[in-house]
Amino acid sequence: MVSNDAPALTLADITCRFAARDGSGPYTAVANTTLNVAKGEFVSVVGPTGCGKSTLLNVAAGLLEPSSGTVHVFGEKLRAADGVNRRAGYMFQADALMPWRTGIDNVIAGLEFRGVPRGDAVAQGEAWLRRVGLAGFGDRYPHQMSGGMRKRLALAQTLILSPDILLMDEPFSALDVQTRQLMENELLALWAEDRKSVLFITHDLEEAISLSDRVVVLSAGPATRPIGDFRVDLPRPRDVSEIRMTPAFLALHREIWAAMKEEVLKAYAAQKAA
Amino acid sequence: MLRRKRPEMRLRILQVLVLGLLIVFWYLMTAPGLIPPFYFDKPNRAAFFFGEPQKVFWVIVDWFATGEIFGHLGVTLLETALGFVIGAAFGLGIGLWLALSPTASAVMDPYIKGFNSMPRVVLAPIFAVWFGLGIWSKVALGVTLVFFVVFFNVYQGVREVSPNLIANARMLGASRRQLLRSIYLPSAMSWVFASLHNAVGLAFVGAVVGEYLGSASGVGYLILQAEGTFDINTVFAGILVLTAFALALDAAVGAVERRLMTWQPRASETEKV
Repeated sequence: MVSNDAPALTLADITCRFAARDGSGPYTAVANTTLNVAKGEFVSVVGPTGCGKSTLLNVAAGLLEPSSGTVHVFGEKLRAADGVNRRAGYMFQADALMPWRTGIDNVIAGLEFRGVPRGDAVAQGEAWLRRVGLAGFGDRYPHQMSGGMRKRLALAQTLILSPDILLMDEPFSALDVQTRQLMENELLALWAEDRKSVLFITHDLEEAISLSDRVVVLSAGPATRPIGDFRVDLPRPRDVSEIRMTPAFLALHREIWAAMKEEVLKAYAAQKAA
Repeated sequence: MLRRKRPEMRLRILQVLVLGLLIVFWYLMTAPGLIPPFYFDKPNRAAFFFGEPQKVFWVIVDWFATGEIFGHLGVTLLETALGFVIGAAFGLGIGLWLALSPTASAVMDPYIKGFNSMPRVVLAPIFAVWFGLGIWSKVALGVTLVFFVVFFNVYQGVREVSPNLIANARMLGASRRQLLRSIYLPSAMSWVFASLHNAVGLAFVGAVVGEYLGSASGVGYLILQAEGTFDINTVFAGILVLTAFALALDAAVGAVERRLMTWQPRASETEKV
């Protein structure tokens, strides 16, 4: 059933179990998780480290088939056997640029895979390089760029295909604080242009609140599941470095942190014991 | 700039000096009657076993002046080139295939290991029987040597492609064929280039060893002929010519590598912002 008002992304009762490395029975990374992302909504998922956030995102991307549960994309069922989620773009936590391609060739890779003629693709690619502030850097190889530039290149590489859903896995976690806030503002500006649906994974609560419409808190692993769902009613457009000072932000932060704190401590204790 | 050039010049001068000293030492020890014999019982024995540098030099000059060497060198280099290209192509193809097909890889594994641990030079006589004394028996030997170097590098290279890179390409819409072309192949190629120096060197070894074991032309054949008549000067001349060309080949490979691998950071290169 395809209906027009279906959410962009629906994860229904997702459970992911992995075979354990030491043979002590399967490891449940994610248990009975249900999550919706409405059209044009910016949803962040926060949780302690190692709680299976990336697993959830890989399920949404169609890169990983859940042990049980279903994924619907705009009302259509996603089957891993049919390939990845074609309507989603994915920004990875680690560098995923092709090191043997120049900046411009990395940006237009997706267009190339879709058979767009090279002339058109390059023209679009140059436009995107300008939009992410990399005009004139198209002939550089990734290793000749800084971390922030590589992230912007990855952003252009994903957005050039104008995916309906944007999946982001701690995309800015490797950047320093200043570059990170610049990138967050740039992301918000680009997002405001056409309001994609975004599922943003992070362990940084401040980042989650300042970017999102909604923040979902996950429990500590194993068997991670959502334990809180908070609406963020801060006005847009936002400046991520300024909004952190507002009383409304601080109140939200306190509220969500109260829900998160226990889980973070639990995860910490589990890691310490291991 | 000037400051950097000076020590480099000094280094070159020192390197040439070492070569000069070696040649002088060689001459002093072998020239008949120059110093009293202390190991051999006859004054011209040392020259008989070790040759004399000035005679070796004139053999080489004579080879190039009469043009006699060019035909032989051409044959040796052709065998090297063919051995390298065919071996690398097979290594790349089969490496990609086995790396991407776990079942085939599991089945072939003991055979690959077996072939690799076999001293492949012993195949030379068989190749001579199969392919005759022309260039193809040498090419075949070169192929068996080059194949494994390239094969293992490609196999490793494909296996170690970052899963992130593959996932990213899949999310960008790459089909299986496109994944092969734009992720696996370039990644494998970088490993092939890493083994290029090795592979070209082995192709050269294959060609010369093949010639040495039975042939009608090539530098290895020249050496074999000279050895048959105890003409040690010519043997040394052949060895020196081979060494010079091996160095030249290596330099050429280095140049090709630098051109094709611009995307790889060099150790000394700082990250540009």
